[in-house]
Amino acid sequence: MSHGPATQWKENKTLEKKKARLGVVMFVIYTVIYAGFILINVFDNSMMRITIGSFNVAIVYGFGLIILALVLAIFYNQVCTNAEQLTEVSGKR
Amino acid sequence: MNYTISPGAVAIFICFVISVLFISFYFARKTKSATDYYAAGGSIHWSINGIAFAGDYLSAASFLGICGMVATYGFDGFLYAIGFLAGWMVALFIVAEPMKRLGKYTFTDALDSKFNSKGIKLMGAVSTLLVSMVYLVPQMVGAGTLVTPLLGLPHEAGVLMVGVIVIAIVATAGMASTTYVQFFKGSLLIIFSLILTFLVLSRGLSTSPERSDVAYHNLTTLKVASISGSMVKIDDPSYQVMGLIKSKTKSYVKLFKDNIESIWTLNAPKNILEETETITQLPDGSSLYNGEPKSSNKFFQVGTMSAIDGQIATGDTPISTGSLNPFSIISKISNGTVIRWAHEVIKDGDNHITVYYQNPTSGKDILSPGLKYKVDPAKGATSTDRFNFVSLMLALFLGTASLPHILIRYYTVPSPSAARKSTLVAITAMAFFYLLTLYMGLGAMTGGVLDLTNDNMAAPLLAKGVGIAIFAMISAIAFSTVLGTVSGLIVAASGAIAHDLMDRFLNMKLTDKKKVFAGKITAIVVGCIAMVLGIVFKNMNVASLVGWAFAVAAASNFPSIIMILFWKRTTAAGVICSIIVGLVSSFVIILFSQDTYTSVYNLVGVTAPFSFSNPALVGVPLSFITIIVVSLLTHKSSDIKAVSGVVS
Repeated sequence: MSHGPATQWKENKTLEKKKARLGVVMFVIYTVIYAGFILINVFDNSMMRITIGSFNVAIVYGFGLIILALVLAIFYNQVCTNAEQLTEVSGKR
Repeated sequence: MNYTISPGAVAIFICFVISVLFISFYFARKTKSATDYYAAGGSIHWSINGIAFAGDYLSAASFLGICGMVATYGFDGFLYAIGFLAGWMVALFIVAEPMKRLGKYTFTDALDSKFNSKGIKLMGAVSTLLVSMVYLVPQMVGAGTLVTPLLGLPHEAGVLMVGVIVIAIVATAGMASTTYVQFFKGSLLIIFSLILTFLVLSRGLSTSPERSDVAYHNLTTLKVASISGSMVKIDDPSYQVMGLIKSKTKSYVKLFKDNIESIWTLNAPKNILEETETITQLPDGSSLYNGEPKSSNKFFQVGTMSAIDGQIATGDTPISTGSLNPFSIISKISNGTVIRWAHEVIKDGDNHITVYYQNPTSGKDILSPGLKYKVDPAKGATSTDRFNFVSLMLALFLGTASLPHILIRYYTVPSPSAARKSTLVAITAMAFFYLLTLYMGLGAMTGGVLDLTNDNMAAPLLAKGVGIAIFAMISAIAFSTVLGTVSGLIVAASGAIAHDLMDRFLNMKLTDKKKVFAGKITAIVVGCIAMVLGIVFKNMNVASLVGWAFAVAAASNFPSIIMILFWKRTTAAGVICSIIVGLVSSFVIILFSQDTYTSVYNLVGVTAPFSFSNPALVGVPLSFITIIVVSLLTHKSSDIKAVSGVVS
């Protein structure tokens, strides 16, 4: 039995490389902010209790991490999708 | 507490199960090839797969565990929500597209894509099986926990029921039926969590919460007339004082009234006795709940605010806020006091009494980290506590993209870009859900609905307090969260055995038809093992078991995935050794940790070799070091060429 993927699709190595590089950059950005949350918890726990409006730093940072995840995910997908469409258009020409 | 069966809940549950089985048998007719069985033909639309991802991932730990932990520990429970979602960033940015490009049916396919190594096939399959088994246990335990309030059946019946239904789902149509069941469940879970959150906000907060099912039990106090030595006298003549019981931290007074013994906490500064809840283990093995048999239903639900905006309720007039919004509910809790409950076991003659006593906690503490995970040295946190916390957050972050049942879902979509888009849909759905968990948890914490003997029931009991219809729906969905996740895990395990081990490692050259048959038989066997584990580990805490599963996955799989993708010198030997080191180190730490000694082996007072319990912070670096060192020692130019193909 062959050991290829279950389905076939068109590949573009340059595009894949660019998407992978953008993915790594986004991953590093999120990791730094996530690590910041953990480090503040461990090394300056009292900072988490500082009030910001109705919330405190813990809730703002926690909600922020969830919302940031969503924003970065949408941005990454949009950039990748645009790049895929551009490649497809230039491929057809 | 005792649970009464709701006919509505049973009816919705039965409809749900029938729908799930209908989906399975419908797709069974279309499942002919191995690609159909293991990867749903690779033809699932990315939007359906995205919600199915959420369905796979929002397991008993996410829904029951996080809501229960927020209801018990406040913000610390929400840390799981933050970590669970953060893990998807790794999945989206690093793993999604390459996984789809490299693999066919299983995660091992991707690891082995350029090596064709028997060792990787074996270790990938072993890792998939072990991680899936560790993850299966809490799901099955969750099923048993749920079936009691929903259908009035014992724990074992819940486990068996889930096992049988899941085997039917998986053994009929494999990944296709599993995907649509997940989609169905994921959508319903998010919709009804939103409805429940809306109802929590419209009800607002109160010192005597209104409930639709039974009246809230308002906590009482008794005035102390005098205390001298071990003699306590109280004003209320209807009670007879039986004696004073002192523990290391508290003093309790045993009272007698209407032939029933009760235990009260002595609050000496205020000169009052405060109500407790008790479970008394009698020498004959039977138990009394608040001094009476369980059937008397005297063990009441708890959890309320004792002060709102600095005002304390007096007499029979409760303080209520009316409807709130997502901002004002946080602000009101922050400026109030919540009665949480702590417990300890005391000895009274031959009886062992678990006393649940009131533990009023300021709203600011509830909404800040520290009630469960001690991280602040100023509040007595040790370096082990802090190590455990960092390790857990690392496990949640790196574990998601290493879970085999999540990774195999990338093979159900037609292309790498569809894999990415489905991950985005999953992240959107889950981000929304995880924000809601904080409100559902806080709603349960303050809604007078908590069952002190079972913190996993916070979300369904919150729904029950709000209305019986939504309880029926939430219970059926909660049960289905278990069904869905267990199906995904069993597909992953059956792929590991039938595809990775039998077909590729043992080279049994199975035909397409036989491969599907082998997968179905494996699903039945794994399902039966899962049922046994669910019964054996009945008393384990669901959330900590899931934390372990993430840690094992992160330590054994994550370093290999990353290094294969980004380091040209990675060799097959490096991958094999890395998986072995990750698995062994994490299992050794879990099995010989203080937590396991105390809560699993019941070795109270025995010092375990490892003081910490979450192995990720040791296992992940060890596994990374292993793959680098072994790869450097074993690399050949041919290997470099092979891996550079993967990277480019």
